[in-house]
Amino acid sequence: MDKKSGTRGFVQGNEAIAEAAIMAGCRFFAGYPITPASEIAEILSVRLPEVDGTFIQMEDEIASMGAIIGSSLAGVKSMTATSGPGFSLMQENLGFACIAEVPCVVVNVMRGGPSTGLPTNPAQGDVMQARWGTHGDHPIIVLAVSTVQDCYEITIEAFNLSEKYRVPVILLSDECVSHTRETVWVPEPKSVKVIERITPSMPPEWYIPFADNARGVPPMAAFGDGYRYHVTGLIHDVRGFPTQRPDEIEAFMRRLFRKITLGLSEIQKTISFMMEDARVAVIAYGSVARSARRAVLQARERKVKAGLLQLITLFPFPRPAVEEVLRQCRTVLVPEMNMGQISREVKRVNQTKCTVKKYNRIDGQLITPEEILRELMKL
Amino acid sequence: MKRSNKRPSRKAKRSALKPSRYEIRLAGSGGQGIITAARILAEAISAGGEKYVCQTQSYGPEARGGASKAEIVVSYEPIDYPKAMNPDLLLAMNQTSCDSYFSDLKPYGLLIVDSTLVRQIPISRAVALPFTDIAREKIGKELVANMVALGAVVRLSQVVAPGIAEEVIAQKVPKAFVEMNIKAFNAGIEAASQVDIDALPASAFSSEEEEL
Repeated sequence: MDKKSGTRGFVQGNEAIAEAAIMAGCRFFAGYPITPASEIAEILSVRLPEVDGTFIQMEDEIASMGAIIGSSLAGVKSMTATSGPGFSLMQENLGFACIAEVPCVVVNVMRGGPSTGLPTNPAQGDVMQARWGTHGDHPIIVLAVSTVQDCYEITIEAFNLSEKYRVPVILLSDECVSHTRETVWVPEPKSVKVIERITPSMPPEWYIPFADNARGVPPMAAFGDGYRYHVTGLIHDVRGFPTQRPDEIEAFMRRLFRKITLGLSEIQKTISFMMEDARVAVIAYGSVARSARRAVLQARERKVKAGLLQLITLFPFPRPAVEEVLRQCRTVLVPEMNMGQISREVKRVNQTKCTVKKYNRIDGQLITPEEILRELMKL
Repeated sequence: MKRSNKRPSRKAKRSALKPSRYEIRLAGSGGQGIITAARILAEAISAGGEKYVCQTQSYGPEARGGASKAEIVVSYEPIDYPKAMNPDLLLAMNQTSCDSYFSDLKPYGLLIVDSTLVRQIPISRAVALPFTDIAREKIGKELVANMVALGAVVRLSQVVAPGIAEEVIAQKVPKAFVEMNIKAFNAGIEAASQVDIDALPASAFSSEEEEL
């Protein structure tokens, strides 16, 4: 976090996510309170009406997800926020958002699990659920925040990617990031780059709602704008009606993946810290990346050439950046507050002689810099 | 060997990456207003200058009675690890939290306890003030013991000007209770003013232990 343009503030992670959503143009939130994500709903219940937006507290998370899909189809940028138990309930409708290509942002503030687990403790156990929680083969974007400053920038990014690619974006936070209050530079709303979804420019009678184009992202008409089309959870043809024809099914599925593949260089974000001459590296994300940053500095003090690759985008997995680190370093450490979900991905893409070590903590506590340093010194 | 009050020990010098980092831990039981006090203190420090401030919290799922802990890290540089590793100041509002955390203190760190609830004080570099008694007797509500303690923390650490903390209290507390909370805060400052920190031993742990 460096000094940036904007005003100095003292802000909680969840508050930053809520405010950033408004800056990004979010005008609809439906959710159900759950620790440690409740503040997002609480703040938006006050802030959204102030900007002519709508806040609804739904009966549960299944309905919350349904509501944001509906409002997004009506042309309004939408978000919901939850934690593990609620995120599990959202999976079915999340799949609907994937197949119907409805832009929306789902914030999952991770706490200890499974089930009710540890409501007030941080964890990173939902990484693979964010990628594969809903059934069927589907592309999805998963981003991870690590500081309150990130909460502004990455939440805005989540909306932009969602609108640009017509894909749900999962924003993974954790109890530690979301409940931390810290000094930040609040971006000036006017200076924020906001991307809007592309809407049809042709007259309604010429509109083919799911027609392919160079980017693979069809223009999206808002319900009520006079463009009549069919939205379904069944695999559909270019007009939105269910199809059984293998050629249409294949074309549809391939387009879903192609639109993300074409944007990979823009979607896959990482931050390199002291990587220029690193021989050992830490690959981390979320609040653990903060501990890792300190551990790397401590290791450098001890003349160990250590570096950090912080993953902002978890999925699509930022393979090019990780492969570069694997080629450069002799050993890579992947500390996580789970039994090894991203370390598995790192091992999957490792085609070099680099050794990949994992370090896991699953007791509801944030991994400390000392632990990472100790592991780094062993490498 | 006598050590000066603020000089870091050899051990601390070796392990502290950035000496500018100042860490505060407030601990007690759920319902005592630990997190509220920390939030006000952190916001006041952030508002009061150019420093970076990071406040984290840790609490149980119970509404009342579970362990509650809040930590504040203050630094002139952006803060990486957000939690306290070795606090410079520990406020313990009950015996359990005092017992659990006193050993994390830096050798020259300061322990402040609510002597109404903490009967056994494990180290001699400690300030014991009866925050809950003060709140009950002077303000008429035990509920504001957290603000009394906050006053004492502000006075003893001098980490922020009392005026700025008062302003933040006025913003954060529901209107009807602002006066009561500020009165409690000032009662804490007053109680702490009678304490002479320089008269305390320079190190929380005996010098023999420290040399080890």
